[in-house]
Amino acid sequence: MSKRKYGLGLSVMLAAGTLLAACGSDEETQETNGNSGEGSEPTEETADFSVAMVTDVGGVDDKSFNQSAWEGIQKFGEDNGLAQGDGGYDYLQSASDADYVTNLNNLVRRDFDVVFGIGFLMEAAVNDIAQQQPDAQLAIIDAVVDQPNVASVLFKEQEGAFLAGVAAALMSESKQIGFVGGMEIPVIERFEVGFLAGVEAVDPSIEVDVQYTGAFDKAELGKTTANRMYSEGVDIIFHAAGGTGNGVFAEAKERKTKDPDANVWVIGVDSDQYEEGAVGDTNVTLTSMLKRVDEAVYRISEAAMNGEFPGGQSTVYGLAEEGVGLADSRGAIPDDIMAQIEEFKQQIVDGEITVPETRE
Amino acid sequence: MGAFLEALYFIVPVSIAYAAPLIFVAIGGVFSEKSGVINIGLEGLMVMGAFVGIVFNLTFADQLGGSTIWFSLLAAMVVSGIFSLLHAVASISFRADQTISGVAINMLGVAIALFAVKLIYDKGQTDYVSEQFIRFDIPVLSDIPFIGPMFFSDVYSTSILAIAVAILAWFVIYKTPFGLRLRAVGEHPMAADTMGVKVNRMRYIAVVLSGMLAGIGGAAYAQSISYEFSHSTINGQGFMALAAMIFGKWHPLGAMGAALFFGLAQSLKIVGGSIDFIDQVPTVYLDILPYVLTILALAGFIGKASAPKAIGQPYIKGKR
Repeated sequence: MSKRKYGLGLSVMLAAGTLLAACGSDEETQETNGNSGEGSEPTEETADFSVAMVTDVGGVDDKSFNQSAWEGIQKFGEDNGLAQGDGGYDYLQSASDADYVTNLNNLVRRDFDVVFGIGFLMEAAVNDIAQQQPDAQLAIIDAVVDQPNVASVLFKEQEGAFLAGVAAALMSESKQIGFVGGMEIPVIERFEVGFLAGVEAVDPSIEVDVQYTGAFDKAELGKTTANRMYSEGVDIIFHAAGGTGNGVFAEAKERKTKDPDANVWVIGVDSDQYEEGAVGDTNVTLTSMLKRVDEAVYRISEAAMNGEFPGGQSTVYGLAEEGVGLADSRGAIPDDIMAQIEEFKQQIVDGEITVPETRE
Repeated sequence: MGAFLEALYFIVPVSIAYAAPLIFVAIGGVFSEKSGVINIGLEGLMVMGAFVGIVFNLTFADQLGGSTIWFSLLAAMVVSGIFSLLHAVASISFRADQTISGVAINMLGVAIALFAVKLIYDKGQTDYVSEQFIRFDIPVLSDIPFIGPMFFSDVYSTSILAIAVAILAWFVIYKTPFGLRLRAVGEHPMAADTMGVKVNRMRYIAVVLSGMLAGIGGAAYAQSISYEFSHSTINGQGFMALAAMIFGKWHPLGAMGAALFFGLAQSLKIVGGSIDFIDQVPTVYLDILPYVLTILALAGFIGKASAPKAIGQPYIKGKR
């Protein structure tokens, strides 16, 4: 069996290697093309600043926070006339947990001014590198690293999830709502707690069916869980389960395909998951709770460029900072309900409602 | 009792649906290993199947409509069958270590599939397919009380196919001359050779069969559960199938039973909360159940794990 496990490890590594090689060459060529095309135009003043990030195992196009962070960095690079590569902006992908330290170290040694570690999985690695390289400026998303040269970025997921809960409670016809979580970790708990609070704020009589699948990459578990919930009368499921959530979408889509009148909805997470919910001409995505990692990455980079790198501080992005929010529902949520959601949002921004962060 | 029945009506179809892809792959494993060739490459072959199935589905859904899913299975079967030839050539003709050759297949499978996805679609995962396997109720049979809702409602056509394949495999392996030769080659290749059985040819056939079935399993999973192909679509199911094969003691029906049992453990975990007694069991135990049972089976606690005698040994003609 050990050989098998070893084989799995090896194959995962090789696969990610291939992936990395493929995108590296691809995007570099695009970049060169872009530069030669723009050469004649007066470009913005090129800043003498560089920024890079290390993805966690999800990869740079995970349709989730790695991708979002990379989009933020790309936007920052474009806005400041940087090119991809050394002295501009870049990323490294991690094929396994063992790569975090190596990748971070690599980027620091390549003299990037700010290096982002994306995801709470990288907490320990960022902590190590911060101590080894006291002159480097590091940032971490979704975790707090207490070092003077590390900027920590947290999100008030509970505030975004609260709005998702409000939307679900107002839209639910059966008055039964589901929540599918990945692993039971503090971040996902914030989603759960905020969501429950949002539902309760609208209608305390609604029971929310909460289930954790214990994995972020098992679509079959997500599908089975969603199947059970929909079978028991739940009509809206909010998932905070990454790839497992794909199974939730799959189940909703299957029910919608079988019976176009089926009242099943999914609320997506992290990025706008409208595309995931498409069934022919209809769509099962009610809305998505956005976590604007791109926004946070952009702001930290900007602050660092202006010499105001928030080292040693934790920055928390909530509704007020536009760090979380709901995606465009594209008509799935009628205007009068949108208005009510907007009211709740305003109350949170104004501090009239404080959304709990942990289970009591 | 009512709640229990309700739960049962849910658990049984869900377990079968979960098990179906595993059954295909495990049966594939049985064919290969019965002939004496270890096939750790099942995972990689399954990845290949899922990849081909999804790409084929995306490409031809417009032309083929509702029958796309079946053609995708067929395409996945053919491509994975060809892909498994690599394993066959390395481990049979060139007598490479079968475990290592299988590991190489796993590495290659994921790498090729992801590389190709990147090349074709310029992103890390494919789009969602529009044609999928959809559950249906079998007419008349699903109206039978008790049995109907349990076995004939919410059925995937892949589940029916999987069970049919398992029974067919049992028949082929234990009731036909071909099966006898297959087993002979895996138990005592020299004796088989003396009797005029072409050992290496039998083994080639068996490995390609296992590739074909693993391909079907991968495509069935992708088209009924994930609807897309990405790096995490096939993530250990091939190894689960391998475990099911071992837990099922290299017997087609045993492997099917084991896969169904793994499915049961999964669905119990999800439905467990609403059944008395089971809601007392922490979910982590249901999580690890398949793995623990496999280890126990391997360690000989559940009867004798009876691998074919000549497994893992390349056959060299004339060598004693």
